[in-house]
Amino acid sequence: MLAFLVQRISQAVLVMFVISVIAFAIQDGLGDPLQQMVGMSVSQEEREAIRDEMGLNDPLVVQYLKFAGNALQGDLGTSYFYGKPTLDVILEHLPATLELVIGASLIILVFSVPIGVYAAIRPQAWLSKFFMGVSTVGISIPVFLTAIVLIQLFSIGVTVDWFPEDAGWGQWLNAALSTEGGLPSYGRGDELTPLFGTWNSGFFSQGGILHLVLPSISLASIMLPLFIRLIRAEMMEVLQSDYIRYARAKGLSSARINFLHALKNTMLPVITVGGVQIGIMVAYTILTETVFQWPGVGLMFLEAITRSDIPLIVAYLMVVGLIFVITNTVVDLIYGLVNPTVKLTGKKA
Amino acid sequence: MKKLLTAFVGSMALAAAPMAMSAEANKELKMAYDADPVTLDIHEQLSGGMLQLSHMTFDPLLRWTKDLGFEPRLAKSWERVDENTMRFKLREGVKFHSGNELTTKDVKFTFDRLKQSQDFKAIFKPFSELKVVDDYTFELVTSEPYPLLLNTATYIFPMDSEFYTGETDNGQSKSAITKHGNSFASENLSGTGPYVVTGRQQGVRVEFERFDDYWDTESPGNIGKIVLTPIKENNTRVSALLSGGVDFIAPVPPTDLERIRRDKNADLVTMSGTRIILFHMNQDRVEAFKDPKVRQAIAYAINQEGIAAKIMKGFATPAAQMSPDGYQGHNESLTPRFDVATAQQLMKEAGYEDGFTITMMAPNNRYVNDDKIAQAVAAMLARINIKVDLKTLPKAQYWPEYDARAADMMMIGWHADTEDSANFFEFLTFCPDADTGAGQYNAGNYCNPEIDAMVNKANVETDLDKRAAMLKEVEQRLYDEAAFVPLHWQDLAWASKKNVKIEPILNVMNFPYLGDLVVE
Repeated sequence: MLAFLVQRISQAVLVMFVISVIAFAIQDGLGDPLQQMVGMSVSQEEREAIRDEMGLNDPLVVQYLKFAGNALQGDLGTSYFYGKPTLDVILEHLPATLELVIGASLIILVFSVPIGVYAAIRPQAWLSKFFMGVSTVGISIPVFLTAIVLIQLFSIGVTVDWFPEDAGWGQWLNAALSTEGGLPSYGRGDELTPLFGTWNSGFFSQGGILHLVLPSISLASIMLPLFIRLIRAEMMEVLQSDYIRYARAKGLSSARINFLHALKNTMLPVITVGGVQIGIMVAYTILTETVFQWPGVGLMFLEAITRSDIPLIVAYLMVVGLIFVITNTVVDLIYGLVNPTVKLTGKKA
Repeated sequence: MKKLLTAFVGSMALAAAPMAMSAEANKELKMAYDADPVTLDIHEQLSGGMLQLSHMTFDPLLRWTKDLGFEPRLAKSWERVDENTMRFKLREGVKFHSGNELTTKDVKFTFDRLKQSQDFKAIFKPFSELKVVDDYTFELVTSEPYPLLLNTATYIFPMDSEFYTGETDNGQSKSAITKHGNSFASENLSGTGPYVVTGRQQGVRVEFERFDDYWDTESPGNIGKIVLTPIKENNTRVSALLSGGVDFIAPVPPTDLERIRRDKNADLVTMSGTRIILFHMNQDRVEAFKDPKVRQAIAYAINQEGIAAKIMKGFATPAAQMSPDGYQGHNESLTPRFDVATAQQLMKEAGYEDGFTITMMAPNNRYVNDDKIAQAVAAMLARINIKVDLKTLPKAQYWPEYDARAADMMMIGWHADTEDSANFFEFLTFCPDADTGAGQYNAGNYCNPEIDAMVNKANVETDLDKRAAMLKEVEQRLYDEAAFVPLHWQDLAWASKKNVKIEPILNVMNFPYLGDLVVE
């Protein structure tokens, strides 16, 4: 166990080092940060003076060593745009992203399990076919399109007048297809509840939750179909296994078989995959956050790129790298606990 | 008891003062721009965003009116003393947000600070000093006669000298201007403007409240609170307006103009802008560009009206010169000269009938439809056998390439900070000179000392009619020589809910005078 952790930590250090080197090496390609900081009419001379002052004229190696020295003391540099330590900036934006991921995860959890199980138990039912059809569509539509459609339908609202207003059925159809709108289409709103540190939560007020609805659905829209299909496939496989047949032969109620025996074994691989997928979801938030102007790390990172805010870009990449290493380690540990036949590296058989 | 009584009377007076205001200024405005202010220090950066903030939280000595005239603000009046000096009278009884009262010492402090600012010092270079006469009288002195004195004075937003003087807890000077990292002024603000900054989360929102002691009691503005949210994504910004999430947005992307026009709850205001979009033809890189005939051929080959109509969807004014309508140098007689036959003829006369190959670069996220415009120009040049190898880049990568003059034809958009024609020439067509900074963005390396001399002469001509004639002549000469390829002036657009009356407070400089905004 200890050896495993040591190995993982050294792996993490290596990952951080590689990321920082890569980020530093490509910074010339990211553009000139000064362009964003000065007006067009500022002379070249002034620009050079600022560049000198900021140390941008030093050789890349010197810049890197300076950065690495500070990084070892926990200082990942100061963002050009925010004028604050990059770690503080990231910590300020992280809660928004985490809440979005939590919101999306809840939606995935609530919908994927029942639908996946239903589709596995009754694969021939028209409802199952409908769900599977919808999920195929869901996987193939890009997030930003889903988001824009959601905004049009539920924030702005749509008035349908395709059917004759004078006929009763036409009126009814028009009304049924039109939407009211009214859901917030951007940001987190102003009803946030401070929890601790930089964490202001939207989960404790009506306004905060309403702001979460559309972004969470958009973000969930990619992963939800994936999870439904995963649960269905796993469940179908489990239902074919010998112990389920035996349980059936024994005359157990089908509810008991399906939900107690089969589902439990279905969820094992789902949890493992889920852990990793949630990590990936943090990356997917970039698109969702951009469309909804959600003030999280994804939007922050994208804007840092357009502003050539190099210290923030480097720090973000390192933090995300760290998050990935940690989630993977935790998932491996859990897997080892849940399934004792799996050997962690370094553990003698 | 007496103490209690005075306290009571005092609180009554305090309560009464804001009541007179709040009876009017009680509306809330939610607005979305594409970006929020980078800093609260209005001297840190010269940009549209910072000027918008300046007009919300400070007041200039005088400001532009809709028709590009001047209206007095903190300066009550001004008169020319001699050809190098202008005397200003300051409005009395004006309070800063901190409660300090505005006097000439604040104006002097601001002027000196502007001269220090990396972004503003170039604009204030013609000024030699600001002479304080008494508490409410001061003189602006230039080293030579300067016709743009008043234009430049619109950039003087007096800052609270007492508030910005001294040292912070960590020993930093409060008046320091810092481009990177935080300074006192970048986080604290005390101006004379209609709004006080009450909350700010960078990149997320800025909150403003009406300043109770605002001097301009005649302003019709009735907004008590403003929440500014930056929404970068065009679609999201428009959706936020259409869904009622915000009351006022800018800019409006051309693709959504129709959508907003059709919406019965929204109002759209558009204006022909002052930012010229153009291409330079680099004579140092391409021998053929030295020949005026080739440059003219290119000018004839490009269909400005087509670009404005098809690519910009009417959201641009086709240009044949740099000065927009309303500027002194705007020459009515210059119109786009699209004529492919003439262009082909000129190429033939120049001996380039078979054409040649050039490289072209343009940004793809800086100006409206910049990459599509470049593609269209490349296609138009193909008709006179100039083969274009086009590369478009995000702005962050484009400007370093521009500084390196990395392609034969490069796109640039320019807005004159002084709202004056000469600024275009100084930056875009003057003979490039690294020492003086002239022609800093002249990526064509076009150089005609005669024209430069004409502009310099106009710059010390204080008779505005004579000056206008000179600048018009410059535009004519540049047109005849086809020094560059002008395309169009980008239009401006704002949109609001019907009850937000934005039209009267908007102007072509794109700093809405939000202090005067009325919401019904």
